[in-house]
Amino acid sequence: MALLKRLARQNLPPVAFSLNGVSCTGRAGDTVLTAVLTQTDRLRSSDFSGESRAGFCQMGACQDCWILTAEGDRIRACSTPLRPGMRLRTIAEPKS
Amino acid sequence: MSTALRPLIVGAGPAGIRAAQVMVTAGLRPIVVDEAPSAGGQIYRQRLFPDERSPRDLYGSEAGKASALHQAFVQIRDKIDYFPESLVWNIRDNVADIMKDGRHIRQGFSHLILATGATDRVVPFKGWTTPGVFTLGGAQIALKSQGCAIGEEVVFLGSGPLLYLVAWQYMKAGARVAAVLDTAPFLAKLHLARGLPSQPGVVFRGFRYAAELMARGVSVRFGVEPTRIEGQDRVSAVVWRENGRERRLACDAIGYGFALRSETQLADLAGCRFVFDERDRAWRPDRDPAGRTSVSGIYIAGDGAGIAGADAAELAGERAALALVEDAGLTFDHARVADLERRLNAIRRFRGVLEAAFPFPAAWAGSIEDDVQLCRCEEISVGQVRRAAHDQGVRELNRLKALTRVGMGRCQGRMCSSAAAEVLAAASGQPVEAVGRLRAQPPVKPLPLAMASDGEAA
Repeated sequence: MALLKRLARQNLPPVAFSLNGVSCTGRAGDTVLTAVLTQTDRLRSSDFSGESRAGFCQMGACQDCWILTAEGDRIRACSTPLRPGMRLRTIAEPKS
Repeated sequence: MSTALRPLIVGAGPAGIRAAQVMVTAGLRPIVVDEAPSAGGQIYRQRLFPDERSPRDLYGSEAGKASALHQAFVQIRDKIDYFPESLVWNIRDNVADIMKDGRHIRQGFSHLILATGATDRVVPFKGWTTPGVFTLGGAQIALKSQGCAIGEEVVFLGSGPLLYLVAWQYMKAGARVAAVLDTAPFLAKLHLARGLPSQPGVVFRGFRYAAELMARGVSVRFGVEPTRIEGQDRVSAVVWRENGRERRLACDAIGYGFALRSETQLADLAGCRFVFDERDRAWRPDRDPAGRTSVSGIYIAGDGAGIAGADAAELAGERAALALVEDAGLTFDHARVADLERRLNAIRRFRGVLEAAFPFPAAWAGSIEDDVQLCRCEEISVGQVRRAAHDQGVRELNRLKALTRVGMGRCQGRMCSSAAAEVLAAASGQPVEAVGRLRAQPPVKPLPLAMASDGEAA
């Protein structure tokens, strides 16, 4: 279930991307964080206890919102603009 | 044009933009490096793509200031070297290491203005890392920049002017605000009366936000002490104590914070001397009234130099750049300097009023439960910090970091260091200034290993 709720910008041009292999649509001007968290409620698992995390500061400081691309790159979701065709994966790291 | 001078400005918020404007007027061509894709900083952040909302929708009563600042930047855009989406990740010996477009640039400079801003100050309590909990600043960015509420039923918790502003902005945008939970007692707000003579507009706006929230049926509570956030993978409720009674409210998102903390890593790497700021309860770079640091040629302005807000940041950015122009032997407007310092002093005095009206809950540090996560990167608990103090005699933050990994994670202590300092101070029986501050380490934020090198830049 989506974490974020869109209140505005609903009619902007759609931007297609995929999340964990599923086709999704964001909006022009979305960050990756917005695009993902309007679809689901998590971005990654924490490094040690494996708790769900979904960002915190949204200004590039807390480093809580890292997510993977299908190519294996780590990107900071809150400061990365959504681009058409992005293939994103929420991070599910093994619990220690 | 003085070609020998190569000033560098870090940050394109209110302070950085006004500083750049002064330099351009003086005939200099500054380099402006900013992490965001467009100028404005956090408070006057611009959208990535135009939408149906007006500046008034986005910035409320500050729409005029936001538009003026954005316009000022447009006017100097061709007269500066602007690096958006770029990170200054180290500074030493008049050289800045910059990551721009995934490449490494070593940029020399003759003068440096640090306008690095601030992030929310938070105090951990049970459940604060649960998805759906965002900082107040983060909640505001979601709305302003992205047109999103952080949830369907949003609670705003903490203290500081941002608490009421963001709650009011959410209500205006059509979000459901479940409650505003102010950790300060209602009587603390009476201190705001002292601010009326110097900053009546700010005080009246604050009261208006609270009054309009209450008029629309939003529950505004005072003297709140949060106990826990419920919900495993998603916020489902917040529980708090108020007048000795426990209360619980269902919600699916929480905006949380206690004013701001300065971003000071680059000043530290540049070798600036720090002083303890009683009001911010934090160490910050020392500066003269103009913004000169202890290092010749390095200046600091805005919230990164101690928290004073956006209006002060604009004035301080201009003031610091005038100092730079003066120190470089160029002509500058003496009358303007006096005017800026007078207005800056008025705002800084008002900051004392705000701190009294929205006090930081310093006493909590001793009562947070041991099993609460303190460092959200390395997942270190409050109890681990206390044990380090009690069992290993740790009395200083860098020692604490070495032994427990608090502040060693990806955020490098941005989210936990103020709380870690408070908890360690309480556990070791010292005032908070005595535990010191975390030393900054380059790179100040994570960099991709694949970063390519461009070598020296002119």
